[in-house]
Amino acid sequence: METKSVLLVGVGGQGTILASKLLTLGLMEEGYDVKMSEIHGMSQRGGSVSSQVRYGDKVWSPVIEKGSADLIVSFEKMEALRWLEYLKPSGKVVVNNHEMMPMPVIMGQADYAADIIDQIKKACKDVTVVNATDEAMKLGNGKTQNIVLLGALIKAMSLEGINWEAIIKANVKPNFVEDNLKALKVGMSLV
Amino acid sequence: MKKLLTGNEALARGAWEAGVHFASAYPGTPSTEILENMTTYKEVISEWAPNEKVALEAAVGAAIAGGRSMASMKHVGLNVAADPLFTFVYQGVNGGCVVITADEPGQHSSQNEQDNRNYAIAAKMPMMEPSTSQEAKDFMMEAFEVSEKFDIPVLMRMTTRGCHSKGIVECGDRKEVPIKEYHKDVTKYVTVPANAKKMRIKLEDKLAGLLEYSESTPMNRIEDNGKKVGVVVSGMCYCFAKEVFGDTVNYLKLGFTHPLPEKMMTKFCTGLEKVYVIEENDPILEQALQRLGFADIVVGKSLFPKYDELTSDVIRKCVTGKVLESIEYDHKDIVNRPPALCAGCPHRGFFYELGKRKNVMVTGDIGCYTLAFAPPYNAMDTATCMGASFSSGHGAAKIFDKAGSDYRVVSVLGDSTFFHSGMTSLTECIYNNSKTVSVILDNRITGMTGHQQNPGSGKLADGTTDATMLDIETVCRALGAKNIKTIDPNNLKLVKETLDWALGLDGPSVIITKYPCVLKKFSEDDKNKFPNAYKSKDVVDADKCVGCKFCLKSGCPALFLNRDTKKAEIDPLQCVGCGVCEQICGQKAIRKETK
Ligand SMILES: Cc1ncc(C[n+]2csc(CCOP(=O)(O)OP(=O)(O)O)c2C)c(N)n1
Repeated sequence: METKSVLLVGVGGQGTILASKLLTLGLMEEGYDVKMSEIHGMSQRGGSVSSQVRYGDKVWSPVIEKGSADLIVSFEKMEALRWLEYLKPSGKVVVNNHEMMPMPVIMGQADYAADIIDQIKKACKDVTVVNATDEAMKLGNGKTQNIVLLGALIKAMSLEGINWEAIIKANVKPNFVEDNLKALKVGMSLV
Repeated sequence: MKKLLTGNEALARGAWEAGVHFASAYPGTPSTEILENMTTYKEVISEWAPNEKVALEAAVGAAIAGGRSMASMKHVGLNVAADPLFTFVYQGVNGGCVVITADEPGQHSSQNEQDNRNYAIAAKMPMMEPSTSQEAKDFMMEAFEVSEKFDIPVLMRMTTRGCHSKGIVECGDRKEVPIKEYHKDVTKYVTVPANAKKMRIKLEDKLAGLLEYSESTPMNRIEDNGKKVGVVVSGMCYCFAKEVFGDTVNYLKLGFTHPLPEKMMTKFCTGLEKVYVIEENDPILEQALQRLGFADIVVGKSLFPKYDELTSDVIRKCVTGKVLESIEYDHKDIVNRPPALCAGCPHRGFFYELGKRKNVMVTGDIGCYTLAFAPPYNAMDTATCMGASFSSGHGAAKIFDKAGSDYRVVSVLGDSTFFHSGMTSLTECIYNNSKTVSVILDNRITGMTGHQQNPGSGKLADGTTDATMLDIETVCRALGAKNIKTIDPNNLKLVKETLDWALGLDGPSVIITKYPCVLKKFSEDDKNKFPNAYKSKDVVDADKCVGCKFCLKSGCPALFLNRDTKKAEIDPLQCVGCGVCEQICGQKAIRKETK
């Protein structure tokens, strides 16, 4: 099998790291070779962040090249547009319909364009817009937006065969398991 | 048993399996998680030291006493630890010792891009460079064997991508290694010149043995695919090169890179038409190959950049002139998203006030607060290295004074930085008496690197065991400071008055801002002293907001102007109710949310 590349992007603090951790554990259980790369440190303070996951028979580099991602899951709208050049021309995008204002916008030095989703759709044919943040709030815990998006990712990459429930139970703090399982289910229903 | 581990997790696992007894470190991206993981292995004494020099010195003592020991740090940390390193190599070990340096090609979170392979050469010590998490674990175990066999510490050189990428690792059990007996031996451990001269000569014998080892260890190997083009690589570049070239070239894959296996390198290059040397930063392998007589077939820094990472896209572009096809689209609406002080960050209130001052040079330091250099605060003039704020501020103040300038100096650093190297710098200001305002932004944790305990936080590295809590004000007093005030940085009026007070003095002063980091897991002490911290949210009263945007000058990521209503709004997911924007709003339109 050719190596698949999934890029999870967002804003530092949104929970991309946990989502990609669960994803890689599931892929390993399934018997794939897996590599994942993420940059910790400075950028986690509200900067643009990415977790890069690659899986297949044999994976060499943990880093996704521009033009090679099969799927981009973006936790925030502007981030999807920023990272879109990493997508394969035939790749898919799942984007959370959620805005977080970058500092230049807050400072009034730049505008956050109102038509970001349209711009993404113009550039790429296969775009799914999900309201992960709203769905997570509805479930009573906004922080579970990352698991809602993981659910959407699983569906988009046709990875439903993996026992995600067991992965979540084994790797999430006990009092969050129930919220996360609900979030996963909702996420899977969105794609 | 298979596990999915980052390079850092794998290094810790390898050390544990190799029976390591003592691990010390000072945090620094991308090395931090090595020690964080060590603390999960209860058989090992794992500690945060106040700085890298101390961490290495503690590891030296542990090794001489007979334990297997390690010290880990980021690349610039090894500069701090360089003094003990060079002489430790002369002394050698009793129990094995491994020093881990985590370099940062690409400078994702660092102030420079130094290539610490140069340290192995300069200090004359063996070096290993793993390419995968599996190798990180395996090499770590082998490093302890090498260290003991050749009586020398080993440098384990990692880079960001190796530290922070995950791969599948076959794990084993811990092998308990007995602590060796300690024998007093001044000719080995006391480096007075008469002894050290002999050690220096002996070091050459050790290096000769290590050269032989380098030629025979499976860490160095030739992958012969029967091609006329070769690639010479070490560390992460092996993975990046494999991604681009697959089996279309021959590889010389180097894992043990000092001393270099010159015979193997010669054998590899002989008969090839072209050899690409793919190494990040300095041309170390390339120059070695040139010295061996292959200058005419070796292609290195003439083709590949001397800076940044050599990920597969970079290699592909350099070698083939092409990149993968990607989507074309308009980038004009993509707004930069630089990192920012978090909503609720206790540094905000202080920098909001400091940024308003005129004729003040702010000498800064390395920590979350470095972000105050950016708008809207514009409250920092310099950032060099950890601890430099106070000492450079001192030098600047002396010159301003001598020149009769009315510029004043305010120097800022964090609690962890204060314990790291700020105490000696403060001593400079006080002993040599400068008109400096030295500010310690005490958020009671090492913030930037992800919340490691430090001597002021009252907990040991595991985060739960109580430790002696150094009181910063008492320390400053002991260093001779007379003008000291400790304040709440979220009280803007108090911050302003305290700055007025300090800038009005004719000698050195110290301001300590004390408030726990918003992302910190509160200790009992934090809960007692700051019972109301981060327990509320602020909201904007839309009727009172006039859209003046003044509150946005706080630089809080939770505040923004609603596109449609043109009024300020607060993101409830981010706001923690620090109250800074309440104090800034002239319309009294921001208040605590009532439940
Ligand atoms: C010599 C050296 N060691 C480690 C680091 C990594 N580092 C950068 S900032 C920082 C911690 C700063 O903590 P603190 O001073 O408490 O400030 P905070 O980030 O909490 O505001 C560390 C360890 C470094 N840059 N240089």
